[in-house]
Amino acid sequence: MRHYALLVLLFSSITTLSQNCDNTLTGKVTDIHDGQLLIGVTLTIANTEQSVQTGLDGIFTFSNLCNDTYYIQVSHPYCLTKGFKVRVYKNTNKSFKLEHHIEELNQITIEGKAYSNKSKTVLESSINKEELERFSTGTLGNALNSLSGVSSLNTGNGVVKPIINGLHSSRIVIINNGVRMEDQRWGVEHAPNIDINSAGNLTLIKGAAALQYSGDATGGIIIVEAPKMAVKDTVFGKTSISGISNGRGISINSRITKSNLNGWYTSIQGSLKRTGDTEAPNYLLSNTGVFEQNASIKFGFNRFDYGIETYYSVFKNQLGILRASHLNGAQDQVRGISSPIPLIINDFSYNIDAPRQGVTHHLGRVLGYKELGRRGKLSFQYDYQKNNRLEYDIRRGDDRNKASTDLELITHTVQSNFESNRSNTLQIKTGIIGRYQKNYPNPGTGIRRIIPDYTKYDLGAYAMFDTNINESLIMEIGGRFDYTHMNVYKFYRKSFWESRNYDTLLPEIVVEEVGTQILTQPKLNFYNSSATLGATYSFKDNYKLFFNYSLASRAPNPSELFSEGLHHSSARVELGDLRFNSEVGHKFAITLQNNNENFSFSIQPYINTINDFIVIEPVDVQETIRGNFQVWEYRQTNAQLIGVDVDASYPINEKLKLNHQFSLVKGCDRSRDEPLINMPPANFKNEIVYKNSEYNNLLISLQSAYVFRQNEFPNNNFEVYIPQTETNEIVDFSTPPNAYHLLNFNSSIDFKTSNKTALTVGLEISNLLNTSYRNYLSRLRLYADDLGRNFLLTFKLNY
Amino acid sequence: MKTMKFLSTAIFASALIFSCSSDDDSTPEPVLEEEVITTMTITLQPSDGGADVVLQTQDLDGDGPLEPVVTISGDLSENTMYSGSIVLLNETEDPAENITEEIEEEALEHQFFYTIGNGLDAEADYNDADSDGNPIGLDFVLSANSVSSGSITFTLRHEPTKPNMGIEDAGGETDIEATFDIAIQ
Repeated sequence: MRHYALLVLLFSSITTLSQNCDNTLTGKVTDIHDGQLLIGVTLTIANTEQSVQTGLDGIFTFSNLCNDTYYIQVSHPYCLTKGFKVRVYKNTNKSFKLEHHIEELNQITIEGKAYSNKSKTVLESSINKEELERFSTGTLGNALNSLSGVSSLNTGNGVVKPIINGLHSSRIVIINNGVRMEDQRWGVEHAPNIDINSAGNLTLIKGAAALQYSGDATGGIIIVEAPKMAVKDTVFGKTSISGISNGRGISINSRITKSNLNGWYTSIQGSLKRTGDTEAPNYLLSNTGVFEQNASIKFGFNRFDYGIETYYSVFKNQLGILRASHLNGAQDQVRGISSPIPLIINDFSYNIDAPRQGVTHHLGRVLGYKELGRRGKLSFQYDYQKNNRLEYDIRRGDDRNKASTDLELITHTVQSNFESNRSNTLQIKTGIIGRYQKNYPNPGTGIRRIIPDYTKYDLGAYAMFDTNINESLIMEIGGRFDYTHMNVYKFYRKSFWESRNYDTLLPEIVVEEVGTQILTQPKLNFYNSSATLGATYSFKDNYKLFFNYSLASRAPNPSELFSEGLHHSSARVELGDLRFNSEVGHKFAITLQNNNENFSFSIQPYINTINDFIVIEPVDVQETIRGNFQVWEYRQTNAQLIGVDVDASYPINEKLKLNHQFSLVKGCDRSRDEPLINMPPANFKNEIVYKNSEYNNLLISLQSAYVFRQNEFPNNNFEVYIPQTETNEIVDFSTPPNAYHLLNFNSSIDFKTSNKTALTVGLEISNLLNTSYRNYLSRLRLYADDLGRNFLLTFKLNY
Repeated sequence: MKTMKFLSTAIFASALIFSCSSDDDSTPEPVLEEEVITTMTITLQPSDGGADVVLQTQDLDGDGPLEPVVTISGDLSENTMYSGSIVLLNETEDPAENITEEIEEEALEHQFFYTIGNGLDAEADYNDADSDGNPIGLDFVLSANSVSSGSITFTLRHEPTKPNMGIEDAGGETDIEATFDIAIQ
C-alpha cells in the first residue's frame, strides 16, 4: 500500500511538473437531429466542480485546463445527463450533440460518436441505431451491405455472409458486445449468428488494425455493440412491428430499459421473425422460409470510475434452403443449371422442410472495469459461447428426420485489458487473452463428421500505442502474438489416407484402424504474429489523411484442415490438408477524407497481399455410384487483392442530400496468375434523400444500386457425359450472371402520440421495379433468380 | 499493479485448468454411414432357363477417391426375354445392409429409369408398381433383340415426379447412376 501511494505521488508530481495548465476547451452543444444550438446546457468537470453553461450562441468555454483527460458531465433540462471522457491537448475544441427529442436513449454523442474509436489510423465506417432500425427485419449482413467496400455471400435471403474488401468467412472477425463470435462460420453457407435488433451500433474496420480484438482478421473486423446505458432514473422502451410482403411474414422487436441515477441498469430485448416462401419476380422460391427467435438481456451498473456489465443473448433460427438447389452429381447439376426456372416450384407455404438449417447460439459475458486514477483503466472479462448447428438434408429411411450435421461448439474466454491515461500524448492499450474451445460433432447423425472432434487453446497478448506527434499528426503502432494449439480426433477414410500418402508421411498420428476408416490424433500448433503501424494527418480544417499498414496471421480453420468428403450443400467433394500453415496478410490502406458541410467524401484505396492464402479450387471429377462430383481441394497460394472504396455526400440544400458509393476490388491468385473466385463485382450506389425535420422528421429516399458483371473469374467449368442423352455437357458453375440495376425506396415519418411516446411509421420498397436478376455472390444463382419486389411496412413506438 | 498481477495469474491459471481437464477424453466413436449405397447388383434371369447375367457396380469407399468397380458376368443372348431384379447394398456395414428394402418401403418416392444407348437393340419395361400403381423399377423385363452392342444405364431418382413420362420429366435427385456396356450375341 505504501508503494502504491508513493507511486501515485511520484507520477502525479512528474505530471504536475510537466503540466501546462492554461489550455481552454471550447465548443458548442447542438441538437443531434436538426443541428439547432442548445442554450443553457450545463457542463461540469468531474472532481473539480468547475462548471460552465452554453450561452445564447450555444458555445461554452472552460479555461485553465491542463493537457489531460477530463470527465465532463453534460446536462440540459430536456436531455439526459451523461459523463464523457475528453482529452485536452493544448487549446481544444470539442462539440457535443445532445438528443433533444424523445428517442430511445437520448444519447449524447461527442462529435457524432457515442462509441469510441477502435483504431486511430484506419477510417472506420459505422452504422448507428437509427440506420440499424431500418434493417430490423433483415440480417447483420444486410445492414453491413449498406457500407462501401462490403458485399455479401448469400444463400437465399436468410444466409447473408459479409465480404469485406473481397474477403469473408474466417478472415472476418465479428466482435459481439466485446465477445469474439465463435459460431462456425467456416463454410460459405454459414451466416453470423447475431440478431441485428440486439445491436445499438455497428463498426466496420477494413483490415486487421484493431489488434485489441484479434490478430487474424485479414479481411476485417465487425464490431457490434449494444445500446449505451444512461445514468439517470428512467424507464423507456421501444416496440416495432413490421409486415413483410415478400415471404408474407411478420417481424416483432421490442426492448425495454430501466436505468437509475445510481448507475444500475437493465435492458431486455426480444425479437421474433417468421416468413414463408419468398418470391422471385416470376416464380415462388420454394422452401425459403425463416423462423427466428432472439432475446438478450443486459444489466449491471456503471460509474465514471468503475462498473460491471453482464450480457446474455440467445439467437435461434431455422431457415429453409431453396428446394431446387438440392441436387446430387454433375448430371443433376446440368439439369438444374440449364433450366430457366427452378426445377421444383411448389405452392406457397410457411413450412421449413429439408434442406434446412437450425442454429442456436448462446452468448454470455461478464465485464468488470475500474479507472485507476491517472494510471488508466483496467478491465476483466469472461465470456461463454455455445453454438449448435443442425443441417438437415433430404434423406431416406429411418434417417429421414435426422440432422445430417449436428455440431456443438463451446468456447470459454478470459481476457484482461488495460488502457493507460498516464501520459497526455501517449496512449497505451494492452491486454492478454486465453481461450478454450471444444467442438463436438454428434456421431448419431449417421453421416461422417464434416468437422472433427477437437479441443483448441489460444493464448494471446497485445500492446498498442498511439501518440499525438503534434496537433495534426497521430501515430499508432501495435503488435500482437497468438499461440494456438489444437488437439484433434479425426476419422479418415482409409482410401483417402492412402491416396494422400499420409500413411507414409504421418504414421505417428494414427490411433487405430476401424473398418474402412482410420482414427488419427493430429496435434497442431500455430504461432501467429500480427502488427499494425499507421498515421493520421489532419490538414486544411476538414481534411484527414489516414495511412495504415497491418500484418495479420490466421491459423487455418478446421474446415480447411480436415474436410474430406462430399459437402452436400455445394454438391462437391471437398478436401482439406492438415499440413497447412497460417496465412499471413499484409494490407496497406490509405484514406483521404474530407469532412466538410458542403461536400464530404472519402477515398480508400488498398492493397492486400496474402501469403499462403488458402483457396479451394476444383482439381478433378470423381466418379461415384451417385454420379460424378467435382473434387475441390484446398491449396495454399499467394493472393493479392487491390481495390478502392469511394464515398461522397453532397447536400443540395438543408433538406435534400445526395449520397454516392463506389467499390471495386480485384483479386488475383499470383501463383497461378488467375483471378480469385467470388470476388465482388464493381458496384455503384447513388441515393437522393429528402429529410424535413420541421415536418415530423419526414424522410424520403430513393436509391439506385448498379452492380456490374464480374468479368474476372476462374473458369472451373467441366464436361460431363450424360448417358441418358449420350452427350457431353458443360457444367457451368463459373460464368457470372449479367449486370443489374435495382431501385430501392425508403420513407418514414414521426408522430408524437403523447408527451412521452412517439410513433414512427416507415415504408420501404426494395427492388421497386421487380427486376429479375441473379447475383454472382449468391450460391443459389445457378438455380433461381434473386428476390423480387418487397414491401416493408414498419410501425415503431418509442415510450 | 497487484490487480494486474492477480488478473494475469488468474487468466493463465484458468487456461491451465481448462487444458488439464480435457486430456482424459476417450476417443470418439466411428460413424458408420447407414444410407450409403455401395453396391448395385442387377440379376438378369433368362426366360429360357440359361445362366443368369449379373451386372454389378461396387463403390466400397462411397464418396472417397476410389472409383466404382463395374463387372459384367457375360453377354446377353439374342431374342431372349430376361426378368431383371435390382438389389442395393450398403457394404460399409458388416453384415451388409440391404437398402432395397428401404426403397420398397418408400416406393412412392423412388423410381428406377433404364436408358438403352444407341446401338443396343433391347427394351426394358417395368414389372412392379407402388401403391399408386406407378412403377418403382426394382423388377423389370429386359428384351434382348438382335445381335448388337451398346450401353444400358440404370438411374435411381429420389423424390421424382410420379407419374412421369420418363427420366426427362421425372426430376428428383440421382441416388444411383451406373452405365454398363453390354453386348447381345
